[in-house]
Amino acid sequence: MGRLSWQPATVTDAFAETPQVRTLELDVTGWTGHLPGQHVDVRLTADDGYQAARSYSIASAPEEKGPRLTVERIDAGEVSPYLVDELRTGDRIEVRGPIGGFFVWHAGLGGPVLLLAGGAGIVPLAAMLRHRVASGSDAAVRLIYSSRSLGEVIYREELDRLATHEGVDVVHTLTREQPAGWRGFGRRVDRELLAEAAWPASSSPLTYVCGPTAFVEKVAGSLVQLGYDPRTIRTERFGPTGR
Amino acid sequence: MSVFSRGFRGRRQEGPPGRVPPGQYLVDDFPVLSAGPTPETPVEEWTFTITGDVDAPRQWSWEEFLALPSETITTDIHCVTRWSKLDTVWEGVSVDTLLEGVDTSAEYVLAFCDGGYTTNLPLEDVTDGKAWVAVSYDGEPLEAEHGAPARLLVPHLYLWKSAKWIRGLQLLAEDESGFWEALGYHDRGDPWQEQRHWGD
Amino acid sequence: MDSDLTLDGNLTLDGNAAAGVLAEVFVSECTTAMTRCDACGAVEMVGALKAYVQAPGTVLRCRHCESVLMRVVRGAGSCWVDVRGLTWMQFSVATPGRSSGADAV
Ligand SMILES: Cc1cc2nc3c(=O)[nH]c(=O)nc-3n(C[C@H](O)[C@H](O)[C@H](O)COP(=O)(O)OP(=O)(O)OC[C@H]3O[C@@H](n4cnc5c(N)ncnc54)[C@H](O)[C@@H]3O)c2cc1C
Repeated sequence: MGRLSWQPATVTDAFAETPQVRTLELDVTGWTGHLPGQHVDVRLTADDGYQAARSYSIASAPEEKGPRLTVERIDAGEVSPYLVDELRTGDRIEVRGPIGGFFVWHAGLGGPVLLLAGGAGIVPLAAMLRHRVASGSDAAVRLIYSSRSLGEVIYREELDRLATHEGVDVVHTLTREQPAGWRGFGRRVDRELLAEAAWPASSSPLTYVCGPTAFVEKVAGSLVQLGYDPRTIRTERFGPTGR
Repeated sequence: MSVFSRGFRGRRQEGPPGRVPPGQYLVDDFPVLSAGPTPETPVEEWTFTITGDVDAPRQWSWEEFLALPSETITTDIHCVTRWSKLDTVWEGVSVDTLLEGVDTSAEYVLAFCDGGYTTNLPLEDVTDGKAWVAVSYDGEPLEAEHGAPARLLVPHLYLWKSAKWIRGLQLLAEDESGFWEALGYHDRGDPWQEQRHWGD
Repeated sequence: MDSDLTLDGNLTLDGNAAAGVLAEVFVSECTTAMTRCDACGAVEMVGALKAYVQAPGTVLRCRHCESVLMRVVRGAGSCWVDVRGLTWMQFSVATPGRSSGADAV
């Protein structure tokens, strides 16, 4: 692996996941594959040379066509509204990546694996889940995914399908609004919810927590209180955005 | 060579001619920059100190500091991360007031802050009505993330010189690099000359 | 957003967020390198450090004692890296005397 620099990328497909969230499929010059959980930096350049760069996790599994990114629109944000509302198939942007070896899970690491997602934090964790299934791994994986409402759940149908595989569990919690007859959780991910829905600390899962910074701090703190070894917990804070 | 992104403008506005230094863009909000945890020193424990090459060190408590004559400053500010903000309104004590009667041969100052941040300036860039220790912004006490209870304000230089959470000035015969100046950032930082990095 | 978190807490990211700037200058993947904090002795991976990226440069701090461990500043044509806060960094490299094929497992 050599030093990384910016590569041109062409948008080959773009589709809505929810009213706030869109997935972009990219064709990146010289892309040599990635590991689930890695991200890219995206750079936009205005016609007068002004530039803005942000990080986005890779949503696709290494086995799939891509890379794909999934971006949530942050109102008043500089980059995400452009990626969600403006960018069209055929447009070009620049990316640097794949990067980051720390927040990575692949089949070779085995299980059990505990994934905790808040909002758009599902993106790198979905790449891990897709890879778990596409690679034929038998690692036990449980995803606990917090969204504000059912309409804001990203990849909902696909997660339902993934959960039909032996050894894959998906647990949803809806923090603001639950539809009539909702049978999942209806509150924030806290210590009690984790004690009920996550594997016990004694099963020593590899744990990945991703989402807005406030979500990650809360969840990682609760896991440590419940006796999980901090060294088995990997976190990816997305920043102040989100809920 | 960059790839241009069709229709991308970013969060920027046009500025009146002559007001915005080269390579800078206007913003409406007040972005928060942070290189570490926000210090939260209670004002009862806060002091402002002039030390170093001086006949005798000076120190003010928060109450004494507020009793000093203060000025209202309306000025443009320019951050090296490329945003500028016009007509910001501050209230603070002029550094001239703080150095009144101080006998020194120093030619440089190092501003020091809670949280360990430092920045260096030639003495002549903070005297003669060019710098203040500000305690309020836009008519309100400073917010924690903008430097409460007090920050340096040196509006004619890039904003990293306007050290947040300031606790004092050390007067020095020889220039000593601050937190960013020791790692690639320009010693003086004049936005009109685009003095961003070493060698600019 | 949780009200018990300060705004500043919300500006913190993980060291992994610095992977891009580091990958521009280091040939080895940096976020899985181990570091030792020279102030408190804590040993952590770069990816697990506290990252502040909303600043003139990227600042990586110790999660335990808040000391500045690494700083990266990107200028036009130059990149400056300060590692004064570290006692050492440990990178994984190929095992001597074995083929790279064996290491790839
Ligand atoms: C490693 C990593 C991976 C990521 N992956 C994804 C992903 O897969 N999908 C995704 O949607 N996002 C992801 N993010 C978040 C993403 O990088 C952007 O932060 C997000 O898209 C917002 O960018 P923006 O330019 O739209 O908003 P910005 O212009 O950066 O601002 C967003 C909002 O946050 C507030 N804000 C931002 N910075 C500050 C500040 N310094 N002080 C106070 N308020 C502030 C602003 O007021 C604004 O309302 C990831 C982040 C990281 C670090």
